[in-house]
Amino acid sequence: MQFSFSEEQEEFRSMLRRFLEAKSPPSAVRAQMVTDQGYDPDVWASLAGELGVTALHIPEEYGGAGFGVSELAIAAEEMGRALLCAPFFASTVMAATAIINAGSDNQKRTLLPDLASGDVIATLAAAEPGGGWAPDQIKMTAARSGDGYTLTGAKSYVLDGMNAGRIVVAANAPGGGIAFFTTSADGQGVSRTALKSMDPTRKLARIDFDAAPVELLGDAAAGAEAYAKTMDVMLTCLANEMNGGAERLREDSLDYVSMRMQFGRSIASFQTTKHKAADMLLDVELSKAAGYSAASALDDDDPDARAVASLAKAAASEAYFQTAVHAVQMHGGIGFTFDNDTHLWFKRAKQSEAFLGDANLHRERMMQHWGTEA
Amino acid sequence: MTVEQVRADVQAYLKANWDPNLGLVEWRLKLMDSGWSMPHWPEKWYGRGLPLGMTSVVDEEFAAVGAVGVAKMGIRVLAAATILEHGTDTHKEKFLRGILTGEETWCQLFSEPGSGSDLAGAATRADLKDGKWVINGQKVWTTSAHHAHFGLLLARTDWDAVKHKGLSYFILDMHQPGVDVHQLKQMNGHASFNQVFLTDAVIEPEYQVAELGEGWKVATTTLMNERRGADSARKYDSASDQPERIYEEERAEIATVMAPYTWYPQRMGRVDMLVERAKALGKYDDPATRQEIAKVLTLAKSAEWTARRARAASAAGKPQGPEGSIGKLAASIVARAANLAHTTIAGPDAMLTGDDDGTGGVVAEILVSTPAISIAGGTDEIQRNIISERILKMPKEMRTDTDRPFRDVPRNQV
Ligand SMILES: Cc1cc2nc3c(=O)[nH]c(=O)nc-3n(C[C@H](O)[C@H](O)[C@H](O)COP(=O)(O)OP(=O)(O)OC[C@H]3O[C@@H](n4cnc5c(N)ncnc54)[C@H](O)[C@@H]3O)c2cc1C
Repeated sequence: MQFSFSEEQEEFRSMLRRFLEAKSPPSAVRAQMVTDQGYDPDVWASLAGELGVTALHIPEEYGGAGFGVSELAIAAEEMGRALLCAPFFASTVMAATAIINAGSDNQKRTLLPDLASGDVIATLAAAEPGGGWAPDQIKMTAARSGDGYTLTGAKSYVLDGMNAGRIVVAANAPGGGIAFFTTSADGQGVSRTALKSMDPTRKLARIDFDAAPVELLGDAAAGAEAYAKTMDVMLTCLANEMNGGAERLREDSLDYVSMRMQFGRSIASFQTTKHKAADMLLDVELSKAAGYSAASALDDDDPDARAVASLAKAAASEAYFQTAVHAVQMHGGIGFTFDNDTHLWFKRAKQSEAFLGDANLHRERMMQHWGTEA
Repeated sequence: MTVEQVRADVQAYLKANWDPNLGLVEWRLKLMDSGWSMPHWPEKWYGRGLPLGMTSVVDEEFAAVGAVGVAKMGIRVLAAATILEHGTDTHKEKFLRGILTGEETWCQLFSEPGSGSDLAGAATRADLKDGKWVINGQKVWTTSAHHAHFGLLLARTDWDAVKHKGLSYFILDMHQPGVDVHQLKQMNGHASFNQVFLTDAVIEPEYQVAELGEGWKVATTTLMNERRGADSARKYDSASDQPERIYEEERAEIATVMAPYTWYPQRMGRVDMLVERAKALGKYDDPATRQEIAKVLTLAKSAEWTARRARAASAAGKPQGPEGSIGKLAASIVARAANLAHTTIAGPDAMLTGDDDGTGGVVAEILVSTPAISIAGGTDEIQRNIISERILKMPKEMRTDTDRPFRDVPRNQV
């Protein structure tokens, strides 16, 4: 495992941070979160074009930059910090990773370049209404139809489901076992409904499939492992994204208490405020260490990588929400108002707690994989 | 008077006078004349001078026949109690009637953007100009200000006095050009409170309450009544569903007052929904979920029993023990734990809100409302200071804001 970032990685981070500070200040987040689309296509084009974040971990032979999960996780962390409204997580982290892990050489050649360039937005539909992301919670099963397959049933909580042009679906192959399938979002038998998202900076949809013709990605027999590997990357990036948000809240709260006076003195001078600030630092730094280690473990093919990915998500779930609770509290009444920005991150923290499975689920997944081959 | 006598008298009065086909105000005026409206108030002011303990007997008799009482919801009760204790006869004559009939509503203008925990740090100014008080400043978190006729105002009249001695207390007519009310939207989407901007608002000198510089003392009366009232307000959110005219009018009154607070039960965490939700979503047999629910129930039940012990002690006339001071803090802890348990139970549905969350938005509202409980009405940190310094008698935090003229005390620039 790598315990420090290279100079190039640090440079990439600061470049991205500068870009996001300019393009995704809270005013921009508020402007996007009230729209249906939920992101600014110009910002997306710059992210994909000038910054190349959509190509990061896609192999060079498929139009990508060939970096690892660590770089992807840096991007996620910075976006979480800025609360960027963009389909990066859905398209780059989720869908592209699924295609990288499951697709045949031919399919990768066809599908990945458009994702790498940002021209096509894709998403991954896995969880079902009232279900979850664990393999045994995925009930949808593909049916054979001629040479191909069709899907029938519903997927929910699909990130950027309304924005996506391409949908990757996790479903059981006819013979059992999870596999990835894909279809164009306007394909036959596919209908989409926007859902009301608790976190308005992250748009969700339900997708109904009615005997929708889909293409199997790669080999169904390798699907289960591809799903697990994809989940490891998603969890790792989500954890890092959450840590970025938590750190931002921690810093903003510290700034606020340093400015605010009550009883004739700075509220930062009360010992209880200092202890809270210290606890927040502890929570966030521990969780960051877990997030970075998960990315590094995946890049190194560490045998514990799967367990560490789940560990990182479980840690981030608790650290981010706890930090958000402290952040509101340190702001006092103003922290509970809509005009103050704290709640924007609070809602992301709350939604991320449940997204891809909660801390209980991931502690269990971690225990199942700890000390065994990933 | 004995309990039996009071019971008999009130029964006789209701038998002779109670009529659900009267108009609400018509009945209340009648009731006020009888003294049964506020039996513990002086006879001169709509009461009978009975001990406070007797009011529950009177309430029971009203409930038994379904008789409606005078208006008791919201800030009006605090206004009434404050005016009764500190007001002049002119104040009482002018204001008590409209308070009790429900025709006039009130708001409390204490909290400011710059002074929340430190309420006595209020910096809204009242300056005497040409024989009238001229008010400038800003208040916040003001319940009902958008429809209130009058406001209870805490403002600074002396900047050279020490903090608590430079405040005075006024009754402000809200319907005047210098009073600008704006809704304050909360993170849960509701707008239950207001910001009140005061720009050269005017108060006639006779609407000063108590002596100049005694504002903090009067405000303390208001705040103590607020704390005491926390319990009785709850009774009122369930109106009678009888068809007669008076009930209809009362329902409308209650609905108006309660409308901004539909989320209040959610901010407490809705512990009552946990088991039912877990069953509905098939999580009831999941060991990790069961542990979480059980932990919340343990906390919530213990907190409830603690509150009951406190009430039993006070009913028995025993001095309040520490159990009376920890309820607010316990409620915060319960609400936080319930938020987490609801998230666990909801699973991915916790990502949704409104009609999509499977409960018509109730669970989503819990998830974004519980932070209010550890801030509103005194933050958790302030509660802990009170418990440690007043109950446990631990050394007080050193103060640097009470020993010098208020103008020299550092404060927020807002
Ligand atoms: C939902 C809601 C409803 C409300 N309703 C009303 C209402 O009806 N009427 C009304 O007047 N007000 C109301 N308020 C305002 C509320 O009383 C104040 O927000 C609260 O007292 C905190 O004050 P503040 O917001 O100025 O925060 P601050 O006092 O600035 O507090 C900021 C942080 O500093 C901490 N802090 C401050 N002083 C100390 C200290 N001495 N020691 C340690 N820590 C300290 C606080 O605990 C908090 O964490 C409401 C607030 C909310 C959120």
